[in-house]
Amino acid sequence: MPITNSSVNNTVQPLYDERIRAQSVLQKLLLRPDFGALAGVILVFAIFAMLANDSGMFAADGILNWTTVSAQLAVLAIGACLLMIAGEFDLSIGSMIGFAGMVIAIPALYWGWPVWASIFLAFITSLALGALIGYTVVRTGLPSFIVSLAFLFILRGLTIALSILFTNKTIVSGVSEVAQDDWLAPLFGGEFGSDFFIWLSKHDLLATYADGSPLVSGIPMIVLWCLLLAAFATWILLYSPYGNWIFATGGDEKAAKNVGVPTAKVKILLFMFTAFCATLYASCQVLEYGSAAADRGVLKEFEAIIAVVIGGTLLTGGYGSVLGALCGALIFGVVQIGLFFSGINSDWFRVFLGSMLLAAVLFNNFIRQRISQHS
Amino acid sequence: MTKPIIELQNLSRYFGSVVALQGINIQIMPGQVHCLLGDNGAGKSTLIKTLAGVHRPSSGHLLIDGQATVLRSPKQALDLGIATVYQDLALVPLMSITRNFFLGREITKGWGPFAYFDLKTADHIALKGLADMGIQVRDPSQTVATLSGGEKQCLAIARAIYFGAKVLILDEPTAALGVKQSAKVLKVIATAKQRGLAVIFITHNIHHAYPVADQFTLLKRGRTLGSFAKSSVSREQVLEMMSGGSELAELEQELAEFSYNDAHTTQQDQAQL
Ligand SMILES: Nc1ncnc2c1ncn2[C@@H]1O[C@H](COP(=O)(O)OP(=O)(O)O)[C@@H](O)[C@H]1O
Ligand SMILES: [Mg+2]
Repeated sequence: MPITNSSVNNTVQPLYDERIRAQSVLQKLLLRPDFGALAGVILVFAIFAMLANDSGMFAADGILNWTTVSAQLAVLAIGACLLMIAGEFDLSIGSMIGFAGMVIAIPALYWGWPVWASIFLAFITSLALGALIGYTVVRTGLPSFIVSLAFLFILRGLTIALSILFTNKTIVSGVSEVAQDDWLAPLFGGEFGSDFFIWLSKHDLLATYADGSPLVSGIPMIVLWCLLLAAFATWILLYSPYGNWIFATGGDEKAAKNVGVPTAKVKILLFMFTAFCATLYASCQVLEYGSAAADRGVLKEFEAIIAVVIGGTLLTGGYGSVLGALCGALIFGVVQIGLFFSGINSDWFRVFLGSMLLAAVLFNNFIRQRISQHS
Repeated sequence: MTKPIIELQNLSRYFGSVVALQGINIQIMPGQVHCLLGDNGAGKSTLIKTLAGVHRPSSGHLLIDGQATVLRSPKQALDLGIATVYQDLALVPLMSITRNFFLGREITKGWGPFAYFDLKTADHIALKGLADMGIQVRDPSQTVATLSGGEKQCLAIARAIYFGAKVLILDEPTAALGVKQSAKVLKVIATAKQRGLAVIFITHNIHHAYPVADQFTLLKRGRTLGSFAKSSVSREQVLEMMSGGSELAELEQELAEFSYNDAHTTQQDQAQL
């Protein structure tokens, strides 16, 4: 709106200031928290399209492979993302995975519980533990880093000790057999889209095995859960009042409290949410592979945090994006599987991860400066 | 004559053996700016915290709209339309102007658990609220961190006004601001007054107080030196009372500085128009 005459300016008060500089699309993109991660995804795909194109990484089964790995991590990262935006960490989710897995497997295999009941028990126990961790954090005012680190050890130790106490083993298998006729189990261990793949193979769009069954039988449920969870978390964060509270809790807790945001409630609920995500991960794992092990989920808490940080969420809280966390998890999955397909020694994966993390943190700092620049 | 919206009658507040306020009598009128002046430790903050429901008076009465009232919490004060803009402002820097404006009081559209934060309407209200205060904002989705100190003050004030404040308490809103930024905040104070709000403006800068004030109350060591209508005192007289009359040399120096500042401010105001 070009205004040259100042009298026009005085009579027609524009609601939007004419001083808005026209921002280029790139400038606008640069202000998004997830811009770096989106660019990273494109870069990673470009690299592996060159390195591993003829290896089957981008054939149907290859795609399913890295999609599943990414979705598993994304489920954890989405929970960690919301919590990190609210200014806290949960280092206990890795141990929670092992714990919840055992809570599903032991009652179902050793106590004669129906599988659906033990799944419910796992979710209820985890939510209670999440609430306990959150409550401890807000009541003591201790850094969540320390409190959840304590629970990382407590839960892992408890999982191993209780498994041995009840079963004399640390790996229990045979869940698939007891879950066969369960009504709830397929929601976690099943596949979806099978009919679609059969249809594809019938029309020669998908390769088949010798017996005529399609190369890919279906998509694991975790992928569906991941998409549902991402949509839910994005809606909460950007379009519901609670999202406003989450940003404010992590951005400036005192200011948030002053205007009446229930910051303690927000934090406790988000610790419960990360526990929920860990249990969802565990349920899918146990019911898909049919076994639970006391050492499942080791280091997953760090992988989740790395994915979130790569996704552009600030370690200090108050700023971030679920889409970014999703991209972070995708980068993680594609690189992990891509290195395998391209025959590169997988030791390089950790080198890559560390470098990526460092680059992401530096980039996030730069973005943070940009958005808080006084213009 | 209109009735005072807030009246303090012989109000005292002690902290143990410390006498923070002693026998305060003040009337706050709607549509007027009431300046509380006083040195550090004079009791200004204690006085406004009593009005904001943070402290309860040790003795004496607080009348709101003519009713003797005991404020039990800051929330009760807020519900009665007494809004305090503290020095730290309660703004979250990395959140957008709109998100800050509605923080804790988000407007929603839709039903039950599907109710969503109506950002579109919120953007318009925030922009309009600021525009009404004479603050043009570039883009309501820009972060508060990108605003200047004066604009932040104005945002906090506009927010309080939009959410129904009848009495606006401002604790040293210009303390950390430069001349130009202070002028912005003073304009907003004048606008609030025009809209019929009672404004309690705490400052120890007479140059900021004098242009917008209708009433002055001087606090010294927990007591009032009295309230004065602006028409009945000159700037120099207020200054003299503030400094106690004894430190004349200092006063003169301050006056010289002031007349310089004053000329400067007017110049800048003109430059802005
Ligand atoms: N919570 C409190 N406990 C004890 N003494 C206090 C408290 N708040 C204020 N005071 C005392 O009351 C006096 C007035 O303080 P204050 O109202 O903060 O002054 P001002 O805001 O004018 O600088 C000071 O002597 C201060 O030490
Ligand atoms: Mg003070």
